[in-house]
Amino acid sequence: MTPKEICGKLADKLGLVLDFKEEAGDPWASIPTDKWQQACRIAREEPELSLDFLRSLCGVDRPDDGEIEIVVHLFSYKHRHAFVMHTKTDRAAPRLESVSGIWPAAIWHERETFDLFGVDFPGNPDLRRILLPDDWVGHPLLKDYEEQESYRGIPTTRPGYEKKPFGPRLKKAKPVPKKEEQ
Amino acid sequence: MTEILQVAPDREELVLNMGPHHPSTHGVLRFVVHTDGEIMRKAVPDVGYLHRGLEKIAELQTYPGYMPYTDRINYLEAMFCNMAYATAVEKLLGTEIPPRAEILRVIACELNRIASHHITLGCITMDLGAFTPFVYLLREREKINDLMEALCGNRLTFNYMRIGGVSQDVDDKWLKQLETFLDHFEPVIDEFDKLISYNEILVKRMAEVAVICAEDAVGFGLVGPNLRASGVDWDVRRDLPYGAYPQMAFQVPVGIGEKGVVGDCFDRFIVRVEEMRQSCKIIRQCLSNLPEGDIKAKVPKMLKPPAGEVYSCVEGARGEMGVYLVSDGTTSPYRLKWRTGSFAGLSIIEHISRGLMIADLVAVIATLDVIAPEMDR
Repeated sequence: MTPKEICGKLADKLGLVLDFKEEAGDPWASIPTDKWQQACRIAREEPELSLDFLRSLCGVDRPDDGEIEIVVHLFSYKHRHAFVMHTKTDRAAPRLESVSGIWPAAIWHERETFDLFGVDFPGNPDLRRILLPDDWVGHPLLKDYEEQESYRGIPTTRPGYEKKPFGPRLKKAKPVPKKEEQ
Repeated sequence: MTEILQVAPDREELVLNMGPHHPSTHGVLRFVVHTDGEIMRKAVPDVGYLHRGLEKIAELQTYPGYMPYTDRINYLEAMFCNMAYATAVEKLLGTEIPPRAEILRVIACELNRIASHHITLGCITMDLGAFTPFVYLLREREKINDLMEALCGNRLTFNYMRIGGVSQDVDDKWLKQLETFLDHFEPVIDEFDKLISYNEILVKRMAEVAVICAEDAVGFGLVGPNLRASGVDWDVRRDLPYGAYPQMAFQVPVGIGEKGVVGDCFDRFIVRVEEMRQSCKIIRQCLSNLPEGDIKAKVPKMLKPPAGEVYSCVEGARGEMGVYLVSDGTTSPYRLKWRTGSFAGLSIIEHISRGLMIADLVAVIATLDVIAPEMDR
């Protein structure tokens, strides 16, 4: 099935009209946040779709919209078709139902998204930081992330180097405020 | 390296720490092993020791400027990381690649696959107690490293591919060297089979150990040789062809439970041996029809792909290596995500380790072929 047909099938089952985007690159369907788990379950279990392989689950930070997008890439070994689904969650308190009961692979992918974006996935059996240490401050893939000055007494920048603006890609590079002499 | 972390009050369960510096954990990787005598209740992987923030770095780099960083995703299969990233950007740009560049890419990738499988197979045997095969395989791998050095100047972090093609052309001398290597190497695989593959002790250590059924393999997102060993006949090169692979004729080895059950450690081992033979076959086909022409398409110096997103995957030595790339129409990626085989491979260990012997954990890690930098990124 083409992505458009899959989207139509999914919309029928959910009883909704889904937003289908076709820009440069891959097309994708936008799923309302509250229907996320249900849509994933249909995608996995509906015999005509049977998207059984969770290729990836990741976040994309959209600070201008105040949202974090969650993107899943799915594939079906049986029907050999791929599908991409997006959903959005509020950036101030990111929270999304876990899909780890549908694809066990999601347990680790959600852990990674929790670690790097701070998205809470209620229902995930093992939601801990995965790549960064448990006591790390902040979520690095957010666009406004600022690295902490030091971690357990180890400075994160070399002495003598000015800290470059890190995080949002600034359209015009803002001058770095000079450090006050201590 | 290994120490007792905790003893349960009923003195039944003992929690042991294994790693992060342990000879068999292949890089810096730690396991917390819950044991009951010689049996594991579970082994919980603890990863992240090699996290370098390569996805964040991408957001601060230009598109061509990120290419050398992709080598560091996985030092054993740097060519596939190059390839996955290059194809993702090309897909977004809609660039056509010259036929000669496509063939050169396939040659480079397949050579890299052989080199990567050398390390894997060598490490499996070494972890299970046979040191000699590892040394023999390193000797062969050294020849590939020399070929790679002649091709692009680097032995591990190749940085060979460019967006739109490859960086260096090959000459007749190099092609001759490659052919000599293949003539020499194909009998070596048979020799390897005689030396170790069907060795009674090795077979006993791997057959019927840590069986992964097809359903689990798909559910946990295993890819590549690990997936094929579980009996799922799937190869990105054949089934979602990219580059010059549609022109190539080759077989996809699938686990058949030769010495035990489909999906056991031995299947994961023997599938990789067979893959090396197929890679040689592909390289020979490339050599016989290498077209003349450009090695790089004309792409602008300042790359600005249109706003949109793309997922592109290649069949690496550890299976599907995917890049999810989001562009906002500027000169650097808005978001880049790597989907690697080792990440999925490690996530299944907690599930399959239940009820295994402690000594078999080493066989599981080795045959799943997990590489720490690839999952930590």
